[in-house]
Amino acid sequence: MSFLDYFISALLLQAGYNSALVAVGAGLLGLSAGSAGAFIFLRKRALVSDAISHATLPGVGLAFMIMVAFGSDGRWLPGLIIGSAISSAIGLILVEWITRKTRLTEDAAIGAVLSVFFGFGIVLLTIIQTMSSGRQAGLENFLLGSTAGMLISEATTIAVAGALAAAFVFLLRRPMTLVAFDPEYAATTGVNVRNIDLAMMGLALIVTVIGLKIVGLILIVALLIIPPVTARFWTNQVGPMIGISALVGGISGYIGAVLSAAEASIPTGPIIVLVAFGFFMISALFSPLRGALASALRHQRFQRRVHRRQGLLALSRREPIYDGLTLRILRRSGMIRRDGVATLRGRTASEKASRDEARWAMARRILPDDSAIERYDGLTPIERMMTSDQIAEIDRMLAEKQGASA
Amino acid sequence: MIDNLMTALGAEFVQLSLTPILIGILAAVACALPGNFLLLRRQALIGDAISHVVLPGIVAAFLVTGTITAVPMMLGAGAAAIVAVVMIEIVKRLGRVEPGAAMGLVFTTLFAAGVLFLEITDTSSVHIDVQHALLGNLESLIWFDAEGWQSLVDPAALATLPPQLPRLALVLVGIGLFIVLFWKELKISTFDAAFAGAIGIRTGVLGFALVVATAIAAVAAFDAVGSIIVIAMFVCPPASARLMTNQLGRQVGWSVVFATISAILGYVFAGYGPGWFGSPYAVSAAGMIATISGIIMLLACLFGPQRKRVGQQAEA
Repeated sequence: MSFLDYFISALLLQAGYNSALVAVGAGLLGLSAGSAGAFIFLRKRALVSDAISHATLPGVGLAFMIMVAFGSDGRWLPGLIIGSAISSAIGLILVEWITRKTRLTEDAAIGAVLSVFFGFGIVLLTIIQTMSSGRQAGLENFLLGSTAGMLISEATTIAVAGALAAAFVFLLRRPMTLVAFDPEYAATTGVNVRNIDLAMMGLALIVTVIGLKIVGLILIVALLIIPPVTARFWTNQVGPMIGISALVGGISGYIGAVLSAAEASIPTGPIIVLVAFGFFMISALFSPLRGALASALRHQRFQRRVHRRQGLLALSRREPIYDGLTLRILRRSGMIRRDGVATLRGRTASEKASRDEARWAMARRILPDDSAIERYDGLTPIERMMTSDQIAEIDRMLAEKQGASA
Repeated sequence: MIDNLMTALGAEFVQLSLTPILIGILAAVACALPGNFLLLRRQALIGDAISHVVLPGIVAAFLVTGTITAVPMMLGAGAAAIVAVVMIEIVKRLGRVEPGAAMGLVFTTLFAAGVLFLEITDTSSVHIDVQHALLGNLESLIWFDAEGWQSLVDPAALATLPPQLPRLALVLVGIGLFIVLFWKELKISTFDAAFAGAIGIRTGVLGFALVVATAIAAVAAFDAVGSIIVIAMFVCPPASARLMTNQLGRQVGWSVVFATISAILGYVFAGYGPGWFGSPYAVSAAGMIATISGIIMLLACLFGPQRKRVGQQAEA
């Protein structure tokens, strides 16, 4: 079976029980990571989750050692998850504590917790490697994720925890939105900002610990960051943004897991991250709202309008035009002939432009506080921004002024 | 006891432990120096981002040249660091997102790409793997030809020092010179960028130079000690030092002291510590050095004389 055939059958969940299990699990994980990440992103604390995820490692190591000490083989996933949750909670509390109690800023606290917990975790892992039961522990798989030989019980654990996280997001969506956008206002309406902040990070913690098995602790933070950044390109509203973010996370998890199931040498965590990055790239380039292409087109359209307007004004003042782009635009729209002389259409349009310019100039003098003046971009015809009464008044003043100067 | 100490510091020490300790110190100090300025500029996590992208840089260099010699590796890693900084800037502007999210997006993606390339291409013939990238291999940088302290004056033996040692020494001297020569400019632009600009300091260029110095330190240290120490040393010693004093000069001094202590104690505990508990195995020196720097920072957070915020910020 070729890679493509296998990929398609895996995509349709027909490539065997295990890969279907992993794909669904990774999809659910991405879904909860995307929705939880949206709030963390809006709160501008994306990298706190990096500290949380790196801080899981000592917990994994200690949980393994404790379980071995009690005679089990130490690889029981719920036990490892509980251990990692405890140590990353300690890491999170330390970040908060350092930021609140000392003069150090949050980024320093994040960097310190991240590297020290990770370093200590590595020390524990080297100790475990020397233990007789530790040689095949496979704990290093928690660094980058591994889905080979995932058990049904592990997939169920991930699915349940993922659903729990999603429900949590749904319940807390209102206070979390409030705190993300305006913490001071949230506090005045009686929301406990600190608790909501902790809840938000608690969500990141849940996502991290359930993602350890599939994505690994180094890259899980990507699933919390990339989907919301991607979603932000498509909407300016919180509700849709969370939906899109969850969707991007879910699809990335699903496709990534399927790809890695189809080709055994592709590690699961990195490919999920790269699929998510693919969605980011597509959005950054092609989103109609804020994408690079749309911005470039908008810029070009604006540029052409400016050149057209300036060209017409020059025509009305009978000034020569030298700018190549202006000449091209005027010629193409039939305003001037090849030799640069204005056509009938061009004369009409230029008179209209010059009248518009004069009206705006007068409007600025007699209605300086009008909101239309503030919003005027230098191009929009006055009829579109002011009422006919206002324009009649402007015209009256213009006629008066002309009468006075004549 | 004295006998133990003498054997501990004898020929075997010179051969097996002297060079790793020296390399550890050099790497720690080389990272801690620029870390002071990054910390004060609230860019502490740039070091984190850079050390994550070193791996893809090294993998890319290997894929292009097919060798794992030091020079192409370091060039690749340096190039990756610059690519990352540029990408962060693009994502920040294009997506209008906060720097943290842009950084997180870029370094996880590049790291993921590095791991992926490492796994799908045939790099089994050479020794680069993710573990090595994270942990380094400080313990293996021994000085084979050393026969004792007298080897330090023996040119033949000195020629066989691990190449990381002179390289890191050179990098440390370079970074030290950069900081000494541009001390005034760095200081002013760190504390008051607007004023620095007004008196004619090119803050943009200086900021970029600082990031380049950071990248050089990260890449050189990474080769010897792996990325955990790099991240820990960029943040922990300067952050601890920040809690000790209100003067930049003293802060840099403290950070060098803390970095050195972390490197020495970390290596000693990792190498000899398990023996005190009757275990014949050593633990990861890189991890232990990071752990010690964290303990120092915890102590500074609890007892540092200047640990509290003062003035307006204290109320916020």
